[in-house]
Amino acid sequence: MHSAQQHPGNSQPLNLLEAINRALLYAMEDDDKVVVFGEDIATNGGVFRATEGLKERFGFRRVMDTPLAENLIAGLAVGMASQGLKPVAEIQFMGFIYATLEQLISHAARLRNRTRGRLGCPLVIRAPFGGGIHAPEHHSESTEALFAHIPGLRVVIPSSSARAYGLLRAAIDCPDPVLFLEPKRLYRLQRLPVELDSDPLPLDRCFTLRAGEDVSLISWGAMIHETLAAADRLAEDGIKAEVIDVATLNPLDRDTLVATASKTGRVVIVHEAPFTGGFGAEIAATLASDALMHLLAPIERVTGHDCPMPDFAMEPQYMPSVERIVAAARRTLEY
Amino acid sequence: MFTSTPYALYQCLPALAADTDWPRLVSGYRHMTLIRTFDKKAVNLQRTGKLGTYASCLGAEAIGTAGGMALHDDDYFVPYYRDHATQYLRGVPLHQILQYWGGDERGNAFPSDTAAARDLPNCVPIATQLPQAAGIATKAKLGREHAAVLATCGDGATSRGDFYETLNVAGVWQLPLVVVVNNNQWAISVPQHLQTASKSIAHKAEAAGIEGLRVDGNDLPALLDVLDYALDKARHGKGATLIEAVSYRLSDHTTADDASRYRKASELHAAWQREPVARLRQALVDADHWDAAREKQWLADCQQQVDAAVDTYLNQPPQAPTDMLDFLYAELPDSLKPQRAALAQQAGGRHA
Ligand SMILES: Cc1ncc(C[n+]2csc(CCOP(=O)(O)OP(=O)(O)O)c2C)c(N)n1
Ligand SMILES: [Mg+2]
Repeated sequence: MHSAQQHPGNSQPLNLLEAINRALLYAMEDDDKVVVFGEDIATNGGVFRATEGLKERFGFRRVMDTPLAENLIAGLAVGMASQGLKPVAEIQFMGFIYATLEQLISHAARLRNRTRGRLGCPLVIRAPFGGGIHAPEHHSESTEALFAHIPGLRVVIPSSSARAYGLLRAAIDCPDPVLFLEPKRLYRLQRLPVELDSDPLPLDRCFTLRAGEDVSLISWGAMIHETLAAADRLAEDGIKAEVIDVATLNPLDRDTLVATASKTGRVVIVHEAPFTGGFGAEIAATLASDALMHLLAPIERVTGHDCPMPDFAMEPQYMPSVERIVAAARRTLEY
Repeated sequence: MFTSTPYALYQCLPALAADTDWPRLVSGYRHMTLIRTFDKKAVNLQRTGKLGTYASCLGAEAIGTAGGMALHDDDYFVPYYRDHATQYLRGVPLHQILQYWGGDERGNAFPSDTAAARDLPNCVPIATQLPQAAGIATKAKLGREHAAVLATCGDGATSRGDFYETLNVAGVWQLPLVVVVNNNQWAISVPQHLQTASKSIAHKAEAAGIEGLRVDGNDLPALLDVLDYALDKARHGKGATLIEAVSYRLSDHTTADDASRYRKASELHAAWQREPVARLRQALVDADHWDAAREKQWLADCQQQVDAAVDTYLNQPPQAPTDMLDFLYAELPDSLKPQRAALAQQAGGRHA
């Protein structure tokens, strides 16, 4: 771990993108096994600038522009990780991540298991995901549920600068493969203080962002912001919402979810991804079995629709809104 | 000394030069016969229900043996699934090779005191091992290890994007990588001419800007020459090589396949005339480095070694059912504890 002397200043106002950049920088300073690569990440610093300055600081040997081949990028990472390097690879957008699936499912996620612990696979794949920035076709999807179904692959999604920093440091330290999905709508949204010397955050715990007794609002990624806004709106009417950021989809912190549902008895799950087979279904199923006796209303899911992510002209109609979340919460209260 | 002639088929047998390294060839011959004995036994174990589906290496003994002999301990080996000879020479005990094909992951936990400890396990999803080999080669290069990575695949694998992506990056990054294609003419039932219109598989190196060589895959001394050259080149930072080793799959694709459905008996018969073990034996006998008495003794030794391995394999204790979760993550996540508790109630797993 890095020390206070190494990174003075420790609490800095950073947006989420800058927090990612600092996490990469300090992880590379602290451990020379960390290497960073992907498309346009070296000289250009990444299309979003997440890796800006790293090539200048560490050189081409540890910060590499790859040929344009996502399957290759994932395979390189598996090979390096199998021999003890800590590769942090960027996939430029989640819409182009699918070529990595075979490497992730058939290799990264099972290497330790199939060698009975002989070879590990401590890689991190980072990818910006989600809508709301008026990006071109294929640049806005949220397909996290596909990856959360892969045993052995951790799926981590930050929703603030501090969690982006702490979770990425933890992901890089982690001996297991991690898919780190960055809500790009939040990249430059706001600068908030980030403790650069804090301990890494846990990779198997939900974060309770706000405590409340009346209804549980459960979400992750960029939708946390609509969810918090909905909690504010409900508070105006004296309704106290508990807000949970799931943050790590796999492994899932079922205990925190069951506890909040058992406390409030009313649950609204919010995600940007389509409804059917979305990760909200897994959470709803968990609560339906493990918190059944405490539930006072049917579990609500506020999600994207079961269609391909629309091109940006219709994004507002697709994305869950504060209004939809508030309405769902009221339905649980009026049930 | 081998001099590279891109795309020309390189052969040594039957006429071996006077300055041939005879002890090396004799030891290569011994390895090849051992692995052939092993292979025959493995097929029999499958037929009698004591092994799962098994991919025979009949006809690939020279390729696998040459790889194992040319690699140094601090090189890396990235196999596909017909590389039992190389795996054995890297230090994987025969019983562990059986254990893998017997459906038991412990077969991939290669002994930590062997060169194999760092090697990747068998790779079933075709060609997916190749980008990983490029990753390992990148690691070797970044660490200035002066080590080479040897990766293998079949002719069918050369149709996949993984193959091209790997050669491409190996060219751009000057990786210490050697890719050997065991061109055994068939990808299950699909013959070469339905796989590619390229003049040869070695020619596929051209687009990547790396060297492409062709070698007789039934010719151990030729394979050793080419591999020594390419691995040495890799270790000295002089770039990657694609080697097409022209062989023939003398077996069915696996024990689950029946090659008579798609392949002419006459073709198989012709291929047996060029098979690697008899060819090398003849050359060694002709040069007075091998004889019938030694052959008899060595085959008996092989049988004994293989029988002992089978014995060890069949007498492994079952795995704990909890093993299927205990090695998945470095540390068992809390969320999996209930599933682990349920598994702990079950009896252990069996062979095949
Ligand atoms: C990606 C993928 N597709 C299909 C298969 C099924 N399969 C197994 S082996 C094989 C043929 C491989 O042929 P080749 O690469 O020539 O190797 P060989 O078995 O002949 O040595 C196929 C299609 C697979 N294992 N992986
Ligand atoms: Mg083949």
